[in-house]
This record gives sequence, structure tokens and C-alpha cells, in this order.
Amino acid sequence: MFEYVWLIPLFPLVGVVINGLFGKSIKNEKVIGGIASLAVFCSFMVSCGILFQLLSLPGEERVFEKTIFTWMQVGQFKADIGFLIDPLSAMMLMVVTGVGFLIHLYSIGYMHGEEGFYRYFTYLNLFTFSMLLLVSGNNLMLMFVGWEGVGLCSYLLIGYYFHKKSACDAGKKAFVMNRIGDFGFLLGVFTLFWYLGGTHNVWTINFRELAANANLLPVGGVVTAITLFFFLGATGKSAQIPLYTWLPDAMEGPTPVSALIHAATMVTAGVYMIARMNFMFIKSPTTLLVIACVGAATALFAATIGTAQNDIKRVLAYSTVSQLGYMFLAMGVGAFGAGVFHLMTHAFFKACLFLGSGSVIHAMHHALHHDHSEADPQDMRNMGGLRKKMPVTFWTFLIATIAIAGIPGFAGFFSKDEILWQAFSNPHHGSANILLWSAGAIAAGLTAFYMFRLVFMTFFGETRLTAKGFGALHESPFVIIFPLMVLAALSAVGGWIGVPPVIGHLLGGFPNYFEGFMEPVFAYSTEYMKSAGLAGEHQSIAMEWGLMGVSVLIACGGIALAWALYIVAPAAPASFVARFPVLHRAVYNKWYVDEIYDFMIVNPFKAFSNFLWKGFDVVIVDGIVNGVAKVVMGFSGVLRHVQTGFVHNYAFTMVLGVVVIVSVYLFR
Amino acid sequence: MLALNNYLILSAVIFSIGTIGVLVRRNAIVVFMCVELMLNAVNLTFIAFSKYLGNIDGQIFVFFVMTVAAAEAAVGLALMIAFYNNRESIDVEDINLMKL
Repeated sequence: MFEYVWLIPLFPLVGVVINGLFGKSIKNEKVIGGIASLAVFCSFMVSCGILFQLLSLPGEERVFEKTIFTWMQVGQFKADIGFLIDPLSAMMLMVVTGVGFLIHLYSIGYMHGEEGFYRYFTYLNLFTFSMLLLVSGNNLMLMFVGWEGVGLCSYLLIGYYFHKKSACDAGKKAFVMNRIGDFGFLLGVFTLFWYLGGTHNVWTINFRELAANANLLPVGGVVTAITLFFFLGATGKSAQIPLYTWLPDAMEGPTPVSALIHAATMVTAGVYMIARMNFMFIKSPTTLLVIACVGAATALFAATIGTAQNDIKRVLAYSTVSQLGYMFLAMGVGAFGAGVFHLMTHAFFKACLFLGSGSVIHAMHHALHHDHSEADPQDMRNMGGLRKKMPVTFWTFLIATIAIAGIPGFAGFFSKDEILWQAFSNPHHGSANILLWSAGAIAAGLTAFYMFRLVFMTFFGETRLTAKGFGALHESPFVIIFPLMVLAALSAVGGWIGVPPVIGHLLGGFPNYFEGFMEPVFAYSTEYMKSAGLAGEHQSIAMEWGLMGVSVLIACGGIALAWALYIVAPAAPASFVARFPVLHRAVYNKWYVDEIYDFMIVNPFKAFSNFLWKGFDVVIVDGIVNGVAKVVMGFSGVLRHVQTGFVHNYAFTMVLGVVVIVSVYLFR
Repeated sequence: MLALNNYLILSAVIFSIGTIGVLVRRNAIVVFMCVELMLNAVNLTFIAFSKYLGNIDGQIFVFFVMTVAAAEAAVGLALMIAFYNNRESIDVEDINLMKL
């Protein structure tokens, strides 16, 4: 099966070609959507085959590299088109193709009747292709191709409704902010290549060769620079402080796109990249601390904003930023396995939440249309009581919400708890650990609060629609609720493959399959930590149980608060807002970060560009060009008097010229 | 048989007549005929040298010059007619659209 790994990205590419070239003339939505979904489904089947073959091998043999051909070779630099199969990429392939297929399926129902249906599926397939290339490429250059490809598709899909100015602006914002990160990524590749080649004569960008030569990398120093460059790339793609502001705006795109690109897959590329190069990041304590702090800060900061948003998708967007912060927190404390585990569970429940919100918006749109109301179908203040009309959407949404809130037994609990425990007990950051853990734990409470606030405002209470509009509400078609059911099931039970040892022990030696599966990928880091004396002092089991209890209590507290504020006393939030108007306004306006960026960076940049335009371009550049033209005109103004327009003058000049030339020859 | 210089002198005289005609006459047809005169003066020189040097090349060249002259006459006369249709004149002084 390994030999056929190249088929995985190929299927979606074929879908791109078919829908891109002929989609406009196919017209039939079922055929277009069917081709696109089938392509991703084929990739999913191949990925399954690869995963099963991987599982049948013993742990240390679970790696396979397939080089198709040499892509480019310049001097010592060589990049292949090749694929790397190991537990990490197999897991990513499964998530991308599995969740991707469900979202393709969902899109057929959700995008029904939209203009440019074929365009949507072409982009979606192109995205899948790029993402698969990103996670399966065997070298940094191929990863970068995927990295840029997903960025492009993200831009195209955010701006899908390009007749809306806000969508175009959001697309551009995403693209520009991603460029800043990409610049960091490229600098990282260059510095790494230059350092390993120049100092140790190891010229390579191949992941396996890099990992094999990881011993050549010093601790700190140049490695800190390289890893910080790569981390800058990750902050752009994965929406971390300071480059996170594009993700909430990206909600201008169609909802399935938000689910696939801006929740489940693309934004986790930064986490994948760090996990892929864990052997390098583990060697720089500075970088690890930076990553952990940025991750914890993002998790907390985005969660606070999420508590005051009224747009259902914006709440989920800030939730995504916050959850990505958790993953980076895990990376920063050296718990690569836990971070990747959270990546996977997050893909399940966040995709489910986004698709569920899409189902709600779909129904609300219909009901408001029925009401002849101009109200915003995404505003939660217009919803309420939807659970009676949309039971499947409600139940799936509730399960995913419980999962993200971290209630024991559901997927999010295992991964989030693992991260919090590692943040507390890791040997890297000493006294900072308690701060990292606190930030994570508070963010967990806020997460539970704003997610249940969302559920209560949307599905519980009395409807805010008219009776006629409420009557027009109906459950979404099967093609939409089927992916919801699958994802809800995964959100419910998906966490059991990564049960932490303390709980596993209680259940009679239930193993942590996920950790064991991922172990070969992070073997170097584990070994390195042992040899560097970073094994960490033994933490007591009581402590682990205690922290687990605390985080569950915090989560339950958040849920109870949401219950109290939005079900028991619905007037309470308004009086809270009235009591603390400044605080509410600051949170509601996202702490004015966009305004601060506008003030500090965007506007000075615009002013500088204006200066370059009016000062430099118009005066100096145009001045030089026009000056040259004026000089030429001045000379020609004199010389053109020679051109009299009389044929005789020309003929006379010619004869004169001939006479002169002949005389020169004769009398020389 | 006449010496070479007699032919060359005759040729130079005819060429000069042609040149002066081109420069001073105003009727385009006459200018044209003067150009032909210059070409034929050159032809005469070619033939004279060809005979004197016993080399056939000059005579071949004459054929080329005659061909070019014929083509030139065809194009030139067509231009004259087109110009006459526009301006009702074939005076070269009137061909002055390119002037400032």
C-alpha cells in the first residue's frame, strides 16, 4: 500500500482539473459535488490502507519514504517530489481526508443553488491537494509548496463571495498576514540549509536526513534563530499572537470552508510543522519558552474575546484561535504527542461545531427570509429555542460542545487535560510552569462558558423569531446532518485512543494507543531530554488527579455560570454590561487589537506608501522620466527644422552626402 | 574602338544632368525621368568596365539595375496617380505633408 502514497494527493488534483476545466459546462450540481467528494473519498481509502499497513508493522519500522522524481537540483541544493509516511503523517492524512470528505459531502447540501458552485468545489479540492502535499511531503520545499497552496486556497475561499467588500478585505487580510509568516518560514529553511551545509557539510532539506543529523545541531544559538523563524511561520498560518487577527475575519467565507480550512486542517499546519521538526525545537529552550508563552497567551486572550461576541461563527473563530493556543502550549512544553492529539480531537469537535453552526445559519436564513426580515441570520440574538425544530443539529452540537468544554469521557477532555498536565509538570520552564498551567486552566473555564453561552442562546430559551418564521424553521437535509452525526460520534469517543496512564491504570491497564503510536516520531526528542537531564522529577499521581479535578471543576463552573446567566436569569448579562460598560466594550471590540494594529502598523504603512507615491514616485521617478523626455524634446525642437518637407531639399542633402563620401574616398 | 575614358566622361555627363534635373525640376514625372537617366548613366559605366576588364559581372549587374528601375517605375507611377487623385497636382513642392 505504501507504494501508492502518491495517489493520495493525486485524486483531489484530478478533481481540480475536471471541475476547474469542465465544471462550468457540467452545470449539474450533483455531478460536480460528486466528483469532488469522490476524489477525496478515494484519497481517504488509500490513507486508511496506509494506516492499517503501518499498524501491522512493529513500531520502529513504521517509516517509509517514496521518491517520485527529483524536482530541482541547483549546486548542493536538491529537492525531490517525494512522500514520507510515518505515524504523524498517517494521522494527518486520515484527519485531512476523513474530515475533508465529510465536509465535501456537507458542502453539496450547504452550497446548493449558490452561484459558482463548480468554482467552490474546484477550490476545495485544490485545498485538499495542497494540504495533503503539506502533510505528506518528505522535504521542507515540498512542505512549503503545500504551505503556500493552502494559503492561496484560503484566500480564494474567504473571498468566495467576492461581490461583498468585507469578504474581499478579509481575504486580503488573511493573505497578507500569512505572507508575514511565510517569510519567517522561508528564512528558517534558508538558515537551516545554510548552517548545516556551511558548517557541517550536510546539504539537505529532507526531513529524515535532517532528523538523522540532529546531533549536529547545537543547543540554543543558531538553532534558536532557526526555530524562531519557523515559529513565526507557524503564528501566521495557525493564527497565534501576534498574527491571529485574520482568522476571525476569515469567517466571511462559506461555513464549510470555515470548518475545513479555518478550524480542522489548514490552521493546524503550524502545529504539524513543529511536530515534524520536534528534534530541532527541543534543542532550543528559548524557543520552547516563547512558543509556550505565545500559546498560553493566545489561548487565554482569544477565549476572553469569545465570551462577548454575538455572531455565532465569530465565537467559534475565537474558540479556534484559543484551541490552537493550547496546541502551541503543548508544543512549547515539549509535549508534542499531546499537542498532535489535541489537533486531532479538535479537528473532530470543531468541524462538528462549525458544520452545526452552518446548519443553524442555513435554517435561520430560511426562516428570516420567510419573515421578510432583514436581520442577520448569524446573530445569536435572533435565535433561541432551535432545539425543538432542529433536534439532530442540536444533539450533535451539544456533544461537540461538551467535548470542547472538557467534560470527562469526551474527546476534548483527554487531550486538553494531557496538555494542562504537561504544562504543569514539564521539566523545561521551571517556575513559569504554574503560570502556563493557570492560563490554560482559566482559558478552559472561559471555553466552557462561551461555548455553553452559545448553545443556550441558540438552542434554548424562547425563540426571538415571529411565530410564522419559527414555523418555517426545519431540520437540514440528510446530506448536511450525516457529517454532523459522524463527527459528533468521533467527538464523543475519539478521545479514548489517548487515555492518560493514570486513568488507564484505573481501568485495568487501558493503554494510551495514541501516545504509543506517535512515539517513534518523537523518539529523538525523548532521548535528547533523557541525555540532557531533562527527564523531570517524578510527579505524584495524587497531584495529577488533583489537577484533573481542578480543571474539570473549572469547566463545570463555566457551564454553570453560562446556565445561570443565560437560562436562569436572562436579564443578568444586560445588567452586567450596564455595570461594567468599559470592560464590555473592550471585550466586545476584541480588545481593540485590530484598531491598535491599524494605528501602529497599517496606517503608518499607508502613510509611508502615500509618501512613496506622492513624494518619491511622482516627484522623483516620474520627474526623471519626464525630464529625460523634455531634454529630448528640446533638442529635437531645434533639429526638426532640418526636416522641411520639401523633396528637393532631401534630394539635395542626399547628393551632397554622396559627394562628401566619394570625396573622402578619392582625396584621402 | 573608343578608349574607356570616353565612355566614362559621357556617363559622368549624363549622371550630372540627371542629378541636376532631380534637384531643380518640380514636375514629379520629370524628376522621375531624371532618376532613370542617372541609373542608365551608371549602367553605361558598368558595361564599359565590363568590356574593358573582360569580365561579365558588370553586365549581369546591369540586368539587376534594369529590373529595379522597372519596379521603381511601376511603384513610382502608381504613387504619382494616387497623389494626383488627392491633390490634382504632381508638383513635388506640393508633397509637403511631413513638414512642420
